[in-house]
Amino acid sequence: MNGLIGHGALLISVAVIVLGIGAGVMAGRLRTQDWINAVYSAVYTNFVLVTIATGAMVVALVTHDFSVSYVAQVGSRATPLFYTIISLWSALEGSILFWGWVLSLYAVVVVWANRRRAGALVPWSATALLGVSLFFAILLIGPANPFHLVYPVPTDGPGPNPLLQNHILMAVHPPLLYLGYVGMTVPFAFAVGAMLSGEIGSNDWIKLTHRWTLLSWGFLSAAIIAGMWWSYEVLGWGGYWAWDPVENASFMPWLTATAFLHSAIMQERRGMLRLWNVNLVVGTFVLTILGTFLTRSGIISSVHAFTTGTIGYFFLAFIALVLVASLGLVAGNSDRLGSVGHLDSAASRETVFLLNNLFLTVFMFTVLVGTLFPLVAEAIRGVKVSVGEPFFNRMSLPVVIVLVFLMGVGPALPWGRASRDELRRKLVPPAAGAALLLAIALAAGMRNAYALAVVALAGYSIVANAREIVIGMQARHEARGEAWGVALLRLASGNRRRFGGYLAHIGVFAVAIGIAASSSMRSDREATLKPGESITVAGRTLRLKSVWGREETQRSVVGATLEFVENGRVAGIIEPRMNFYPASQQPVPTPAVRSSLLGDVYVNLQAFRPDGSNVTVKVIYEPLVPWIWAGGLIVVLGAITSILPQRVRVTREADARQPATGARGALAGLHANVEAT
Amino acid sequence: MNWRRASLGVAAAFPVIALLAWGMTRDPKDIPSPLPGKSAPSFALSVFAPGQQPLARTVGDTVRLADLRGQVVVLNFWASWCLSCRDEHVTLSAVARQYAGKPIQFLGVLYNDEPVSGTAWIKEMGGQSYASLNDPGARTAIDYGLYGVPETFFLDAHGRVAYKQTGPASAQVLARVADSLLAAAEKDGAPTKRNQ
Repeated sequence: MNGLIGHGALLISVAVIVLGIGAGVMAGRLRTQDWINAVYSAVYTNFVLVTIATGAMVVALVTHDFSVSYVAQVGSRATPLFYTIISLWSALEGSILFWGWVLSLYAVVVVWANRRRAGALVPWSATALLGVSLFFAILLIGPANPFHLVYPVPTDGPGPNPLLQNHILMAVHPPLLYLGYVGMTVPFAFAVGAMLSGEIGSNDWIKLTHRWTLLSWGFLSAAIIAGMWWSYEVLGWGGYWAWDPVENASFMPWLTATAFLHSAIMQERRGMLRLWNVNLVVGTFVLTILGTFLTRSGIISSVHAFTTGTIGYFFLAFIALVLVASLGLVAGNSDRLGSVGHLDSAASRETVFLLNNLFLTVFMFTVLVGTLFPLVAEAIRGVKVSVGEPFFNRMSLPVVIVLVFLMGVGPALPWGRASRDELRRKLVPPAAGAALLLAIALAAGMRNAYALAVVALAGYSIVANAREIVIGMQARHEARGEAWGVALLRLASGNRRRFGGYLAHIGVFAVAIGIAASSSMRSDREATLKPGESITVAGRTLRLKSVWGREETQRSVVGATLEFVENGRVAGIIEPRMNFYPASQQPVPTPAVRSSLLGDVYVNLQAFRPDGSNVTVKVIYEPLVPWIWAGGLIVVLGAITSILPQRVRVTREADARQPATGARGALAGLHANVEAT
Repeated sequence: MNWRRASLGVAAAFPVIALLAWGMTRDPKDIPSPLPGKSAPSFALSVFAPGQQPLARTVGDTVRLADLRGQVVVLNFWASWCLSCRDEHVTLSAVARQYAGKPIQFLGVLYNDEPVSGTAWIKEMGGQSYASLNDPGARTAIDYGLYGVPETFFLDAHGRVAYKQTGPASAQVLARVADSLLAAAEKDGAPTKRNQ
């Protein structure tokens, strides 16, 4: 029954989307309200249908309806309810269904928020969104159909991949990733809509796109950090990033989207980089589809690759279509996208933004080349190669160092032109921050030159960004007599986008310092211990207390209890485990982490004697790892601050200046934010 | 819309599409070994696990590849910590027993592991029909360009690498390759020695 409902809803949705696209073309050409309403109705109806299909799948999962193929594949009566629900995205078909649902949700919100907007931009954008939805709908009734009927109906299933039901972050990382990844479709749809409607020359679409990119970017940033955290907490290697193709797939669009968030401001304020911005928006979307293709088609070897069928060929056809259509559109519109403004001076924020875009793009291409190189090498020279961490680390470190520095210089410089005096006043004092952090790092024993450079420049840039906030507070404090706290709040809410930018920068610095310290100063040891024996790593002594085993509903657990010994006294315990799931012969390591502000003690149970007489543990001390997670949180807070609607007073002003906009309420703040930056 | 520029843009898309399309025809997990067709790297390794009759060898004896000339050799690299090795263990053991008496030698080579763990593993798995050799410092594994375990190398009667199996070997693959190598050895009249 669930299978029938789900599959039926998806079949109807394909028809609705096709009709909607037809109506969209008419709406774009004729611009009559009836056709426009027809497109919007198609978007709303599609959302309802895909929601029904997704709901049917969740019901099937929860009720263990093994007649549905996807449930038979990932369901199990022994799996706890929570992990049963989130197994919606634990395998290929379910994840495509979830993707389709997120996309239909975005389409509804985009259309609803802009439904009164005049012109053909929104109808064309809605049509583009429907076009992308059509691809996923076809996947869902074809090669990735999750609703196949299984007969005879199995009585139980294997449960989701053990790695995916071993940690709570599995409930967090994938939805965030989809919200970020799929969300990049919206800016793309606006770009396509702007090109097809002829509004590409105006700045309106870029303001709209900027805000939506900010939203998706916030989700994507959170998703990448959550993915790193998951990998760190679950995989047992004590690392969080390995330059695997699937990680690169999420990182490349993040880089181009980050570049766009900055270059869009250049266009809004100075009328510059108009062609470049369209390219960034389109490129970001193409990178999301390319990334999905690379990791879902089996074309490149990746630890994360799902098992594949014919789906790769569908993705290939879709990429071909997207590339041909968007490159054709962008190139065909390029003569309308000349720069209006120009650089006044090399010593200006514009210059830093240009450099930031240059380096972010270089970074993206480096990652892209590293990811695709095995393919290119085999095509040209017929050899199999793999590109590993050393390439990526060596290539990206200098770029990261420059970017961290630019993130400090940019906010300190004014738009237009800075005088010599201003330059000195703005750029010299933050050097104190660099000196301070450099001294601390050296004292703490950091010797790696790259890591030291990252930390020192992060110190510089933290001061530069914090100083901008303090200067703003000081101005309010002196001019209006506001208390410091009030001044900070008013400053933040008065210009949310700029304040959110500073916050996001500071978060990135925390992440950079965390990565620099944890990757350059990690110490680890492996030892086989009998109960009572100890191991010491980086001055921390751990004593094996006991080895134990227990049965849980869906798995068996073997664990070791180790005590932290400080000055002969026990100061806490840590319990690394190994989980055994019936569906998998391979045990799932479940490392235990004791975090503090300064670093993590990370213990992984490598092996054990069945009689409990000894265990092999790997103990890792990694300094400042929690800074990465905290920094990620600050970045997300920055993104949220930037997106939150501006205060009402400003909103009215914005509305008054743009009577055509009409949309009120929360989303109206969009324009206000942009105006105020 | 400037159609001339648009067509240039479209043209720019094709190399990328062509590369990806070509990539779809490849299997990234298929890592070729340069060894097949070449003379197999020699080794002299001592037996740590004896195997069972009739394939048993004496623990501590040194097995030299040079001494096996004229016989087909099936060299299986494994480790007690390797999970896929568990999967293929029963198959390998049974196939080796089937070919007892033919001019073919099955040998295990322990990779990156202690003989004590290896012996315990064999006991846990219910024994192994053929003998296993210790490879201290993984020198032989390095000579053979081992990518992971399990990997199985088939050497023909002339001591050349004829075929390499990456990952667990199935009974079908083992039998097919072993039969064809035995037939080839028979046909070109290589001086074959009988198995003991």
